[in-house]
Amino acid sequence: MSSTVMGKAKTLQRIGFSLLGLITTLTVIPIIGLVLYIVVKGAPAISWEFLSAMPTNGMREGGILPAIIGTLYLTLGTAVFAVPLGVLAGIYLAEYAKESLLTRLIRIAIINLAGIPSVVYGLFGLGLFVLFLKMGTSILAASLTLSIMTLPTIISTTEEALRSVPNSFRVVSTSLGASKWQTVRRITLPQALPGIVTGVILGVERAAGETAPILFTGATFFLPQLPHSPLDATMALPYHIFIISTQIPGMPVQIQYGTVVVLLVFVLGMNLIATLIRNRARKNRQW
Amino acid sequence: MSKANQKGGQVISSAIRITGYSSILFVLLILFFLLREGLPALASTPLKSLFSVRWYPIEGYFGILPLILGSLLVTIAATLIALPFGIGSAVFLSEVAPPWLCDILKPIIEILAGIPSVVLGFIGILVFAPFIRRFLDIPTGLTAFTGAVLLGLISIPTIVSVAEDALNTVPNSYRQAALALGATEWQTIWNVTLPAAKSGVLTAVMLGIGRSMGETMAVMMVTGNAPVLPLQLNSLFRPVRTMTATIASEMGEVAAGSQHYEVLFFIGIVLFLLSLVINISASLVSTRSRGRAERLLS
Amino acid sequence: MRRFLILSIFVTVLLISGCNGQNTPSTETTPPASVEYIENKGSDTIVNLALAWAERYQTVKPEVRISVTGGGSGTGITALINGTVDIANASRQIKSEEQEAAKAAGYNPQEFVIARDAIAIIVHPSNPVDHLTLEQLSKIYKGEITNWSELGGEDREIVCLSRETNSGTHVYFLEAVVRMGSGEDKSIFTANALLLPSSEGIIAEVKDNPNAIGYDSLGYITDDVKLVAVSSLETPDMFILPSLETVNNNSYLISRNLYMYTLDVPTGAVKDYMDWILSAEAQQIVSELGFIPNIN
Repeated sequence: MSSTVMGKAKTLQRIGFSLLGLITTLTVIPIIGLVLYIVVKGAPAISWEFLSAMPTNGMREGGILPAIIGTLYLTLGTAVFAVPLGVLAGIYLAEYAKESLLTRLIRIAIINLAGIPSVVYGLFGLGLFVLFLKMGTSILAASLTLSIMTLPTIISTTEEALRSVPNSFRVVSTSLGASKWQTVRRITLPQALPGIVTGVILGVERAAGETAPILFTGATFFLPQLPHSPLDATMALPYHIFIISTQIPGMPVQIQYGTVVVLLVFVLGMNLIATLIRNRARKNRQW
Repeated sequence: MSKANQKGGQVISSAIRITGYSSILFVLLILFFLLREGLPALASTPLKSLFSVRWYPIEGYFGILPLILGSLLVTIAATLIALPFGIGSAVFLSEVAPPWLCDILKPIIEILAGIPSVVLGFIGILVFAPFIRRFLDIPTGLTAFTGAVLLGLISIPTIVSVAEDALNTVPNSYRQAALALGATEWQTIWNVTLPAAKSGVLTAVMLGIGRSMGETMAVMMVTGNAPVLPLQLNSLFRPVRTMTATIASEMGEVAAGSQHYEVLFFIGIVLFLLSLVINISASLVSTRSRGRAERLLS
Repeated sequence: MRRFLILSIFVTVLLISGCNGQNTPSTETTPPASVEYIENKGSDTIVNLALAWAERYQTVKPEVRISVTGGGSGTGITALINGTVDIANASRQIKSEEQEAAKAAGYNPQEFVIARDAIAIIVHPSNPVDHLTLEQLSKIYKGEITNWSELGGEDREIVCLSRETNSGTHVYFLEAVVRMGSGEDKSIFTANALLLPSSEGIIAEVKDNPNAIGYDSLGYITDDVKLVAVSSLETPDMFILPSLETVNNNSYLISRNLYMYTLDVPTGAVKDYMDWILSAEAQQIVSELGFIPNIN
């Protein structure tokens, strides 16, 4: 009797586990399918000329250089502002902040920054940087907007990475007479660095793929030459994909998919680097 | 030398303190600029007109109700689609799958998190929407449902990673106790582990909701953007216009300071407040439960 | 390894700030000192034409750099009022209040008719309906006719496609078709009309969807959609297809001028460019792109 109950439970478990497995498979397969489909459709378009030439014939021929360069500028611009600010803020939370009302407020603020819709960041950037500070639609305004958007990711991963450094490290360092900052700089920060770099890359990667925040702050349809200063508007890969898939008549499908492949390689490449750094650090960890 | 060093250390320490507060500053700045540009909408547009059912801004119809409901419809549908896949995958990864399988599956799901939404929108408009129209035999494939599927896909990685974290924090002793009492692993998952991680899973779901509500490009490209009031039974399979898509497609057109501009910023305020509510309650749920778990363990 | 990472981050940061600080990125040859910039922005209908002109003009006057941005006629004119562009493209005429606003900001916008354009009505090639009266079109877009069977087609729901409200094409269609040119008529599009962000979106959906009807600039029409002949209110029995000829002899009803507005009475590089645009060489590009040259 009890064995049949047990048997039933076992059968149920087998069914349940297969169902969970099936669900996971159904989640994973579309992802693989999607990426493969895009790569197969777009890879033939990729050539040196495609990557290095200016677009011609109403962007239906030639390359996508200005969009690639634009996305590089935006990504680097975002990093310039977001990395110092985010890493320092993460250090503050992990090493300096005491549990207080203020600290709780900071945490709530970070959670909210992370949750604000990207298009609202676009509105904010338009209101503050483009109009109020009169930067115009420019690389500068777009980078600033994107960097505030990526802050929460960088802050939280920095904090997490620092917190994962065992407290004994700090205790030893302080007992040897090191000041707080010396401890952070010499001991905890180096230990946490791979985690921080991973977070920075993941945050900046998100910025590289975003379209909505740059719609009204820095993106432009077409430029006959590369941007010359941070106050120029720029083309960017995500916005370019939006444009060539919706705005231009008779756009060759190959160029569309090719551009998508370039953005995917760019973004997922950063993702991969971040994962590699993280995994390597986990293996090398000494504590 | 060492004195200068000390001084430098002090400067850096205070810089660190200041940047620590920067997040609060930015949230306030964002709120301030949204309010500054969006609140005048309340003065220039009567409330009755603002919450009416017709959105046609170039002729002075500023009813944002269809847009709010449009966003809600797409978000709810997306969450319902993402839930079983997100939670199911999280349970599978954390409780069932052997480690080597996890090492393969997790990065794949992370890839999904990295795919820009404009890419999903691109595939949506080129491949998925036409497929939906034929498959379901509906008048057009540019519908709320099409958007919801893409949004579901976008929110799955968030749900999986947060829910999996929550499941992983359930102490192993719980599981061992249940197994020792003769429960199968399956029963343990359902009756012990999942309930113990309930609030974390709830947080995962709420963050997923937040993610889908704020998504812009994919939605704008595939939902058809018709500002209909989605109150009919078949509204899910009809075009719909969301708040985010409205801002994205109309902001470029308007003159700074015009009524239309103000109303678009007002929609931004609505989005901001909604995301505030979702995120604060998500964090409340998770901190409350953490407090309880700590009490239980001590 | 770790040191290397820190170092590389710093180097990158320095590199970028260096790059951005200078006015010429190293990837490009320094332009000649006399280089002139023209900012051109506005109508999505015109953007491809403007793009083609800007590209060709590089071969005519390499020292002039023209940047082209779309976004809609409203966007362009707004930018003109704000003084951030030199030339605004518009597929509708500037409104009097926009003219006022520009004057108040100290500018004096000048109008140029740079081409003409027909708005074609398009359906799926398999759709048996091949002609419609203006009134029928108006009713379709007002949501009063919702099934193709009311128009002699199959029993299928009509899916109305429209451009977004920020496009001059949308505004023109509202006035000329939905309101049938009557100034007092205040009717508007049905809320069920799909507002697609672009011309290409409309063509793509019509090409794929037998239920759909859309309108788009003749320049954007491809071979895989079907043109619908339209009759005017005065001669409801004469259905005319859009073409170069029917637009020029004014027998095709739904056609309009395309405009460029300069910030002021043009001088220097902008004047040369505007003169060139109205030249035979530039107007040849107009017809290559499927629009109708301005040959007055």
